[in-house]
Amino acid sequence: MAKRPLSGEPYVGFLLPAALLVCGLFLIPIGQLVALSFGGLDAPTLRWYEQVAATDSIHRILLTTFRIVGLTTVIAVVLGYAVAYAMAHMGERQRLALLLCVLVPFWLSVLVRALAWLILLRNNGIVNEALLGSGLIAAPLPLVRNELGVVIGMVHYLVPYAVFPIFATMRGLDGRLMMAARSVGASPFRTFIDIYLPLTLPALFGAGLLVFVFGLGFFVTPAILGGGRVVMLSEYVSISVLQTLRWGLAAALSVVLLVATLALIAIVSRVTGVRRMLGAS
Amino acid sequence: MDLRGWARPMIFAVAWVIALFLLLPGLVTIPVAFNDSRFIALPQGAWSPRHFETLFTSAPWLSSIADSLGVALASTVLAVCLGTACAVGLWRVRPWLAGLVGAIMLAPMIFPPIVSALALYRAWVAIGLYDTWAGVVLAHTILAIPYVIIAVTTSLSMLDARLEQAARSLGATPLRTMIDVILPNIRTGVATAAVFAFIVSWDEIVVTMFVSSRAVYTLPRRMWDGIRESVDPTVAAVAVVLMALTALGVLAAIVVSLRRPARNP
Repeated sequence: MAKRPLSGEPYVGFLLPAALLVCGLFLIPIGQLVALSFGGLDAPTLRWYEQVAATDSIHRILLTTFRIVGLTTVIAVVLGYAVAYAMAHMGERQRLALLLCVLVPFWLSVLVRALAWLILLRNNGIVNEALLGSGLIAAPLPLVRNELGVVIGMVHYLVPYAVFPIFATMRGLDGRLMMAARSVGASPFRTFIDIYLPLTLPALFGAGLLVFVFGLGFFVTPAILGGGRVVMLSEYVSISVLQTLRWGLAAALSVVLLVATLALIAIVSRVTGVRRMLGAS
Repeated sequence: MDLRGWARPMIFAVAWVIALFLLLPGLVTIPVAFNDSRFIALPQGAWSPRHFETLFTSAPWLSSIADSLGVALASTVLAVCLGTACAVGLWRVRPWLAGLVGAIMLAPMIFPPIVSALALYRAWVAIGLYDTWAGVVLAHTILAIPYVIIAVTTSLSMLDARLEQAARSLGATPLRTMIDVILPNIRTGVATAAVFAFIVSWDEIVVTMFVSSRAVYTLPRRMWDGIRESVDPTVAAVAVVLMALTALGVLAAIVVSLRRPARNP
């Protein structure tokens, strides 16, 4: 390390190794992928984007992806809100027990979770066997290798990501606001609707956006629980490269996915401040 | 908030149902793991530890465990060194520079995995890192650095900046200040960062699938094969082991956080 610091910024040297690694071996490769989507620097073309815009099967993939992720986000955020609410209002012991139940699946490998749902939901899986055995159904219900299975698996993955930021906001609320509302005669329900919900709405919205962004890039869960019949964007990109060797198309779809992700992250950071959201989760 | 009567217990009950929906599905891997069958199925009477024997004796599974451990340890060391230095730098440099570099450093965490996977695949092929141990370690290091920076930054935000100013005004170089003053005060954050980095690498699958093929075959990769082909019940045994480790880790983390004075919920 140089004895004499750079003018006024003696700590710049601390940034450099990590910044060089991420710029050189991550951002530049990303830039090359973007260039590839435009046909490379030698012969720029928009043909891959035209293909994205004109191909029905790609439209269906995009539509499926947004439908599944949208539905998943709404369910995950509603469930996450309920869990966060209970956690914020429970006694300490019960809160810890509930926290444990949320944290263990949160840290569990995504492959283990997908495997568990596959075992539960397939045609000869536990749920169908139990229903068949009880005589409630005559033939196995199609619970997996379809959108239902993907949504179940993704909701299961994403609920904890909704719980933590919402819980952090709920803990930070000033309880006297609600007491004031109650003391001037508002019913508990009215207090919730008029005071509590508006105060926690930004966190709810922020968590929803984060969950949506995260879900948009999902690969493992849809690939395993969709079983090749429900193909979401990430898996389609992978198929384009590995099976049909259409690199230009895959690159263009990657750019579409990346731009959507960055746009949503920009909204999240305007709503809540991205540092706080990331720090809270 | 003050909810009386039926509403409060009902919301708690709903929360518990959701929590069990999160927790219980993983447990179904237990009977499958102890099943005496060549397929992924529930035991029909006979329970057996044979899938665990396969996991801990067969050469492919053992080599995958070794690959995953080696890659995770190496990328954890790299990511923690680079990420901690970077976080300390971000803490001290001018706000505009910190904002710019901070945003760049978070990119590997925010970008969709498949996009990172394609970009790294092409780059690694171009510079000869494809399907090498170093290539997988570097890829995992890049993916783990954002988590390290977040954990260390959280720790730094609770540190009094005047400590650093005092050390510097007494003539310590930034490096000396870092080693003697800052690091001892953020060691919990650095330890947390190391755990994050290890888990990121240990669980990574999408990028790994694209930057390696034969020479490095991590555990998630072999599990992916086992689940996709749906013939290898050894994955259920892996699942049970991973679940036990995760539960122990979370319990340990909760116990540690209870023993420390509560700062954050």
